[in-house]
Amino acid sequence: MSPAVFDAVAMGVKIAVVWGAVLALGVPVLTWAERRVAGLIQDRPGPNRVGPMGFFQPLADAVKFFMKEDVVPQYADKVLHFAAPLIVFIPALSTFSVLPFGRSIPVTVGGTTREVPLVIADVNVGALVLFALTSLGVYGIVLAGWSSNSKYSLLGGLRSSAQIISYELAMGFAAVGVFLSAGSLRLQTIVEAQHAGIWNVVPQFVGCVIFVVAAFAETNRLPFDLAEADSELVGGFHTEYSSFRFGMFFMAEYANMVAASALIVTLYLGGWSLPGLALTGLVGGLLSVAIFAAKTAFLLFVFLWVRWTLPRFRYDQLMALGWKVFVPLSLLHLFYVAALVAVRAKA
Amino acid sequence: MTAAALAFWVLAVLAVAGAIGVVTMRQPVHSALCLLASFMAVAGLFVWGRAEFLAAVQILVYAGGVMVLFLFTIMLVNVRRQAREAALNRLTGSAVLVGVLLFALVGGLLVAEARRMGGPEGAPAASAARLSTTVVEAAGKAPVEVKGNSQAVAWSLYRDYLLPFEIASVFLLVAMIGAVVLGKRTMEKFD
Amino acid sequence: MVQYLALAFVAAFTAALVLAVLGIFAFLRPKRPNPTKLSPYECGVAAVTDAHDHRFSVRYYLLAVLFVVFDVETVFLFPWAVMYHHLALFGLIEMVIFLVILLVGYVYVWKRGALSWA
Repeated sequence: MSPAVFDAVAMGVKIAVVWGAVLALGVPVLTWAERRVAGLIQDRPGPNRVGPMGFFQPLADAVKFFMKEDVVPQYADKVLHFAAPLIVFIPALSTFSVLPFGRSIPVTVGGTTREVPLVIADVNVGALVLFALTSLGVYGIVLAGWSSNSKYSLLGGLRSSAQIISYELAMGFAAVGVFLSAGSLRLQTIVEAQHAGIWNVVPQFVGCVIFVVAAFAETNRLPFDLAEADSELVGGFHTEYSSFRFGMFFMAEYANMVAASALIVTLYLGGWSLPGLALTGLVGGLLSVAIFAAKTAFLLFVFLWVRWTLPRFRYDQLMALGWKVFVPLSLLHLFYVAALVAVRAKA
Repeated sequence: MTAAALAFWVLAVLAVAGAIGVVTMRQPVHSALCLLASFMAVAGLFVWGRAEFLAAVQILVYAGGVMVLFLFTIMLVNVRRQAREAALNRLTGSAVLVGVLLFALVGGLLVAEARRMGGPEGAPAASAARLSTTVVEAAGKAPVEVKGNSQAVAWSLYRDYLLPFEIASVFLLVAMIGAVVLGKRTMEKFD
Repeated sequence: MVQYLALAFVAAFTAALVLAVLGIFAFLRPKRPNPTKLSPYECGVAAVTDAHDHRFSVRYYLLAVLFVVFDVETVFLFPWAVMYHHLALFGLIEMVIFLVILLVGYVYVWKRGALSWA
């Protein structure tokens, strides 16, 4: 088998695995877990009719997304109303292609062994590409709110985009600390640096906290779900969406949660590594994938846990936290990391 | 035509088509969507030219930031689709002039730079090399070769273009203060 | 470049799949519109005004400008961070100058109340 064919096949398999893991496993299980965890925390059963413990509920949901009437409001801007969910959904799923989900596995074909890196697109500016893709989501939200020609959608879209862009700043500033210590924007290098040294969460705890909170705000999760504060704005920017188009927003939201958790794991919690484990060879490679999945799953549980525990922020508090606390704090933190790196370089 | 040339032409046509859409669409929000398409195509061209840092920044700042600003502004001033102005107005003449001058300036610089780097034979390889590797020379140490486009951008920006970089911060400062001055005046009038 | 092709392929594949689902199920799902169903959601009352007739606070505009400014600032920080090891003290000093100039603006913006939403 020639190297080019081998690479193409390896790429195809990786895309199929990641795509399947996110859309066929991650998102459905997460929507199920969300309701089950809610039930657990609020001392009620949660979904329990479709399958054992309601496990096939997401399947029933999918059938509804496919089969319900697709209502487009009469005065909506048809083109933009159609484009908005696509602009949210496509970047949300593309983010996974730059995230390294494991170390690498050796594959032997026809007597020659090659190391297959466990990331779809191993780009040199991976972290930046990821931020860029996430920032596109805002665009879809504004368009969805505007094109629906409904007051609730418009206000929801506006609020949501203002919130997302505010926290994107804090997120970026906090992440600069990680790039500073790794000396790279390549996500695999960042993980390897933590594998060889120490997880970033230890020396950069404040940055990690800022990043996690900002990630909650970026994904519109409680306590920052003001975009669709149900009691004020009905459904926010997707009030006028139904059927599969609503489904796209819904799936994108959960896909973004998975991506945010995976990114936090990659930047701060050592990615696929565990201290003291070399993780070489086929077993090591597969184990690294399992470690990465386990860490991401834990963070996702934290996302759910927080949602059903904390009440919603008031809008002015949300903006004040983002602009008056996180922006200065993350900049201060950046200089602390710069000093730390300088001291480490001297030693 | 090679695959690389084909990719270039597809991206270039998309970028120009998007730009034409921006000026011909009647509804400002549709123009904004076309602008997004154009930005994405330009980002693709940057990747094609091996300036991956620039590509990511193009999307991050222009698609994610400037576009949101445009959309907010369009909504704020509430431009209605009924506003049917002529596509050409008395600014057309000066706009064409500025366009031609800008095109000549950028084109001239590009041609001069390409010639300096060795013409059609040498320039692509030389430019690719310059965008992906940096030779770091520090006093008293052996030169180190550093790989990566963002590293190359950083070395050039923070060593050779130090003054423009610091002036950029003054520009940003002016933008910030200007926005607040204009915005606050409106806010005080209506609140 | 191959890496970016993979990224583009994932995006294109996602788009194709979603459009296919939208297209195929368009034939299967019901389509029974009526004027009430197609009116914008307004808590059961008939909408009196067009949603686009409502203007909103200039704060959003202000916020977007500030966001763009700070976003550009982060963009300057990213390459600086990756070359920090090589730029050393010189790099640190120039970044401090850059940020201090912007800090002046930040303090001004805060003092003028542009960051307060109450």
